[in-house]
Amino acid sequence: MLPTAVSNDPLAGVAEFRDQFIRAYGFMLHARLLDERLASLYRSGKIFGGVFLGRGQEALSAGLGVCLRQGDVFAPLIRDAAGRLAFGEQMVDSIRTYLGSPLGPMRSRDGNVHRGRPKEGLLPMISHLGAMISVVNGMLMARRMQKRLGTSVGAACLGEGGTSTGAFHEALNQAGIERLPLVMVVANNHYAYSTPTSRQFACKNLVDRAVGYGFEGHSVDGTDLGECLETLQKAVDNARSGRGPQLVVARLLRLCGHGEHDDASYIDPRLKQSDVGRDCLEIAEQRLVGEGWLSEDEISRSRSELLTSIDDTISTVQRESAPNASSESWQALSTMSLRDTSSGTEMA
Amino acid sequence: MSITYLDAIREAQDRALQDDPRVFIYGQDVGAFGGAFKATKNLAAKYPGRVIDAPISEDAMVGSAIGAAIEGMRPIIEMQFADFSTVGFNQMVNHAATLYWRTGVPCPITIRLPSGGTSGGGPFHSQSLETIYAHFPGIVVMTPATVEDAYGMLLSAVAIDDPVIFCEHKYLYYHLKAASLPTESLPIGKARIARQGRDLTVVTYSAMVHECLAAAEVARDEGYEVEIVDLRTIKPLDTDTVVASVARTGRLLCVGEAWPWGGVTAEVIARVTAEAFDLLDAPPQRLNAKDTPVPYHPNLWAAHRPTAQSVAQSMLRLLRL
Repeated sequence: MLPTAVSNDPLAGVAEFRDQFIRAYGFMLHARLLDERLASLYRSGKIFGGVFLGRGQEALSAGLGVCLRQGDVFAPLIRDAAGRLAFGEQMVDSIRTYLGSPLGPMRSRDGNVHRGRPKEGLLPMISHLGAMISVVNGMLMARRMQKRLGTSVGAACLGEGGTSTGAFHEALNQAGIERLPLVMVVANNHYAYSTPTSRQFACKNLVDRAVGYGFEGHSVDGTDLGECLETLQKAVDNARSGRGPQLVVARLLRLCGHGEHDDASYIDPRLKQSDVGRDCLEIAEQRLVGEGWLSEDEISRSRSELLTSIDDTISTVQRESAPNASSESWQALSTMSLRDTSSGTEMA
Repeated sequence: MSITYLDAIREAQDRALQDDPRVFIYGQDVGAFGGAFKATKNLAAKYPGRVIDAPISEDAMVGSAIGAAIEGMRPIIEMQFADFSTVGFNQMVNHAATLYWRTGVPCPITIRLPSGGTSGGGPFHSQSLETIYAHFPGIVVMTPATVEDAYGMLLSAVAIDDPVIFCEHKYLYYHLKAASLPTESLPIGKARIARQGRDLTVVTYSAMVHECLAAAEVARDEGYEVEIVDLRTIKPLDTDTVVASVARTGRLLCVGEAWPWGGVTAEVIARVTAEAFDLLDAPPQRLNAKDTPVPYHPNLWAAHRPTAQSVAQSMLRLLRL
């Protein structure tokens, strides 16, 4: 007996997957090229602070971003340029924040990866790892109290190093208790700055922690976009459908330093040569071409179009005026009348 | 009918929950149990789903309050003791306090800190931490000294669009009583003259207001009239009221239950000496707790913090300079 078809058109699912793969690849490529331009701006001394690249993590990041939709909450981390673009962040927000433009969302007050638009569900990370997760929890709890949670989900990203923090533990435990639609994505890129996993955790696999928090756990090869899409879609769908919080742990390797100031000489060459050291962008391109979804010419054309758009945006932002300290409000409270007029800041 | 300082805190929360559907309370044991001090007694039953027990996770409590505030809620977080707020310190000072400045999105959260010493409290249930929170930009720090202020200022805290650290003093919970709840109160950020006098200005706040009022009676017996300024909020700090009082008296003593290094008393003296040096007839003085953790035994505790007796001695020493 023939198996019962779940869909009238067995190719519909394939087409949907192909389209999502191509979309996600587009964000990966965009993020990679944007990262490379930001790195060259850094090397030429055009950026005030650090530059933090997502090289090697684009498949995981873009894979998550394309599974989210408007109305969801997203708390990306430092290597999530691809996921941010997929979630809808405008490239100009990134460039303005890196270059310190007052027209950016952080208005020159915060820089580089510390950017977002909270009212649009995109949270600007603070530097303290694990701190964003409970904020996502609170947004979901508030929506539930307001009876407008609907099928929205919250996603938070972290590296394996961040899982050692108390904030991570508190927030996952909280999400489990509240049974929130949280998707916690951990990129195990094998180094927290220079610290290898052997000095970070003692459990066999971080995904084993899922059971302790009352989460469903998923492992994924973070170098394989196809696998990332399948796993993340499943995790996001589970959360949307009320199955409670989900933990996704991806195996991959950071193919760059912690920041552009770091030559990453500590990375074990054996890891680089192993499967986790593969470049997710190249693997995705091989599949696109191999399946006949995109030709090499089409990829090359996308690349040059993206580069033009990136360079145009950078030029535009570089022409924007710098912040003016004398017109800055220097006001940390939203309530002007509660401003403390200390005598210690300037001569009266 | 008399209302205690603790009743006032419960009544204010009841009213905030009643008046504003955006308000909810989150903290350890605040639900059916009614809180370690019963500051939320009966509120969980009265407001189902809005008075929520939290796990022992101060960081996550404050983090989720920030998230809820972004979504338009007005959370009240109860720290079981002010001492435990240090576990949530990062979210308070690095996240809640920076959110508006970084993003333009206000962060209207109220964090209640049952503060200060009581007999037998010991090192980890007695701390006065207002100074460390006041140090950070982007936070309002309230230190109510009266039943009326406990009520009115907590309602204001919930209404303010910024993070408020509400330092309520445990020693006043049951001791301090008023005939009724106030219908109006001084604006937030304005200090109060708790006692009028012409010879010496004492600037203080929270439970120390009452030690200073008692000490002023000792000074009166010696022929001096002491003016007592209750700061009410330590941030913002009402320098104008303090300086105006010093202009009347020419002498300044600052009294606080917190530790001496830095802090509110040092800040007040720094401001007065910078802005009104020529009004001073004697060097400004201050009296704080001793620079050790808060001791357990009542004999030691009574000697650790300023009391009416030690304040009176400081007053008289300064008056005779």
